[in-house]
Amino acid sequence: MMVATPKKAELKELLDRVQRVASSIRESLDDHITSSIYADAKLIASKAVTKTEVPEIDIDAKIDRIMTSRITGFPIMFALMMGIFWLTIEGANIPSHLLAEGLFWLEDQFVLLFRWFGAPMWLEGLVIHGIYRGLAWVVSVMLPPMAIFFPLLTLLEDVGYLARFAFNIDRLFKWAGAHGKQAITMVMGMGCNAAGVISCRTISSPRERLIAILTNNFVPCNGRWPLLILMTTVFVASKFPPALSSVVSSLLMVAIIMFSILTTLIVSAILSRTLLKGETSFFVLELPSYRRPKIIHVLYTSLIDRTIKVLYRAVVWAMPAGALIWILGNVHIGSETIMAQIAGVLSPVGLLIGLDGIILLAFIVAIPANEIVIPTIIMGYMGTSMMVELESMAELQALFVAHGFTVVTAISLMLFSVLHYPCATTTHTIWKETGSVRWTLLSNLIPLTVAFLTCFIVSQALYALGFG
Amino acid sequence: MEFELSKNPGYKTLAEISPGQRAIVIELLVRGMIRHRLLDLGLLPGTEVEAVMKSPLGTPTAYRIRGSLLALRPEDASKVRVQHMHS
Amino acid sequence: MVMEGNNLNADKKGYSFQQESHRHLEKGHDYLVALAGNPNTGKSTVFNALTGLHQHVGNWPGKTVARAEGYFKHMGKRYKLIDLPGTYSLHATAIDEEIARNFILFTRPDIVVVVVDSTTLERNLNLVLQVLEITDRVVICLNLIDEATRKGLKIDEKQLSFDLGVPVVPTVANAGKGLNDLVKAIAGVASGKIHTNPHHVALNPEIGKAIDEITPYVKRVAGDLPNTRWIAMRLLEGDNRIREALESGELASLAKSNQDGRRE
Repeated sequence: MMVATPKKAELKELLDRVQRVASSIRESLDDHITSSIYADAKLIASKAVTKTEVPEIDIDAKIDRIMTSRITGFPIMFALMMGIFWLTIEGANIPSHLLAEGLFWLEDQFVLLFRWFGAPMWLEGLVIHGIYRGLAWVVSVMLPPMAIFFPLLTLLEDVGYLARFAFNIDRLFKWAGAHGKQAITMVMGMGCNAAGVISCRTISSPRERLIAILTNNFVPCNGRWPLLILMTTVFVASKFPPALSSVVSSLLMVAIIMFSILTTLIVSAILSRTLLKGETSFFVLELPSYRRPKIIHVLYTSLIDRTIKVLYRAVVWAMPAGALIWILGNVHIGSETIMAQIAGVLSPVGLLIGLDGIILLAFIVAIPANEIVIPTIIMGYMGTSMMVELESMAELQALFVAHGFTVVTAISLMLFSVLHYPCATTTHTIWKETGSVRWTLLSNLIPLTVAFLTCFIVSQALYALGFG
Repeated sequence: MEFELSKNPGYKTLAEISPGQRAIVIELLVRGMIRHRLLDLGLLPGTEVEAVMKSPLGTPTAYRIRGSLLALRPEDASKVRVQHMHS
Repeated sequence: MVMEGNNLNADKKGYSFQQESHRHLEKGHDYLVALAGNPNTGKSTVFNALTGLHQHVGNWPGKTVARAEGYFKHMGKRYKLIDLPGTYSLHATAIDEEIARNFILFTRPDIVVVVVDSTTLERNLNLVLQVLEITDRVVICLNLIDEATRKGLKIDEKQLSFDLGVPVVPTVANAGKGLNDLVKAIAGVASGKIHTNPHHVALNPEIGKAIDEITPYVKRVAGDLPNTRWIAMRLLEGDNRIREALESGELASLAKSNQDGRRE
């Protein structure tokens, strides 16, 4: 809408007056106006609100005293964390198996269908054993834990606990030169790093927001948990009676998370003293009163929301990844598959950091979706032409050990999984959120560097000490 | 821009109020955006505040301000000059 | 590097708060409703409850601040609902506040619903009173009433409504209570059936005088706007955005479009 700009003379007169009048007011205008607003607010509120004769039991204060005391604050945090991990691990177990069974049954039907149509073997392989299997794997591995973890996290948030969590550990983030809200975005990243990155929008200072985004990947998302749980189960928990297995796993997961948080803090501290120097912004954390969450509502909305996101991701990223893996495992150059070739090339680098060529290749291929790492490793070791799942832990252990897997490898694998670059969805999200190619690249380079250095140091140290 | 008054002995800031203690806001020792934020939270001269609890790691401290529980880091709380109220 | 921009009116993507004010009419909506409020008031619960599946979450153009929009129907009319960022105030010193303030001022929604946390009414009224200075088409959603009851607080919404001069509807959004009444109040204000008489904050006499002095000059430059006093106040406070809006004629064009009968 085109408008005639106001006459210069009138405008000038107005602005001059404003200048004169403003400077003639003795005290700060802001203060006056704000105090007038608050005076009215106080008056109006006092007329409308009456406190009824409720005995001052102030439950909130009592709960808070427990949640934030020097003695019980942190133990409760650990207990809650363990509880959530255990629920996610245990709860996802059976649904994952059922989903896997169902989806793989469906796969067999597709094979029949393709055979009936007389489709060529390579098409059957590519579409069903590659693309579809990639999809099936991601869905069966990813969906159940997310369907449990996210609602639990949302419940914690609705109840008001997350604010207390941030309150308890804020000092660490202050030391790291990071924003207080990073504590929360970090927790979001435990469910899904892409969601964690998006949650960084709540941090308004660009510097602190970038720090939060760049370090979000150090906490393992739900997609990486199965790998971590598998490693801890096969190589540690299996030494315990089966009933304790998930408890031991949960405990180890807590230890891994502690390590992640430590890494997050250290890298944040380094970033805020080097690449992202600047002031710490004003931070106020509101501690809302504890509220009764609508459990059913949260479960329902969270489930739908996560299901949609997982399916979307599976279709967009996992399917192509599945196709790629199949091609790698089935196309031969000379006598070897491409997979074997690349693994060979990567081998020296892999060994240097306590891994091997196949594992590194698996991580590269799994850029779109972390869930595919283990199946690809298995595929590589077995020399099969498609991703497989093994029936028992014992089989898995035997296979891995036969390929030179030791405790050191297991540890390096876990470290690498926790520290390496973000998955494709997250990288894409980072790019959208920052609008900067430079920072998106760094968001991958920084974790990769940290992963390499850490795995190198740890594995070499362990070798030197005589392990593996 | 810090005010000269801050060198005045016998003067406290919100950061020095411990859990369980009450105080009244005297003035804000800062200008600009932080001042706006503090004002928005209701920390106006004459407002009564109460320190409620401290984080297990020492900071921040949560204060009850006009009915809400708000946690402030010491470097921010120190921008609020208060008069400690002895009960 | 990233994010912040100063001029929200003409973004890289050519977004204009003012141009948005008519867009909903083109898309078949009858009224534009904005949802404002402090953080942690259950605002998004209200939004979700009103729009259900008819919603879409994106960004404010050129910014990475989330913007949820949706719609709901009532008695044959469609109401487009925009969820503004949660803010403690409209000082516009941070991007969230800027967006909220600019949307209310320049896009001029038909109604602004301010979602208030009943348990911390006094603090929430800070935002409410600021909104009432900019527009008179306001409905207060007094949310979390159950929490207030739990804490032994009883709120007389009739008294509150009387003092504020606008409808006040108690709700427990996450239980779906009070939402029908809220929609009715929105519809009432939209259609003009409910008349509002918003409370204006009584200012310190010295400031009142200063504003009185400036206001006629604002009228001369910007024309007849319902919130000239508020504009005068912002100018005195040194609000650059408002000054720019005056210089560019943006505010004047708001007055003109008022006259063209976009409002009652």
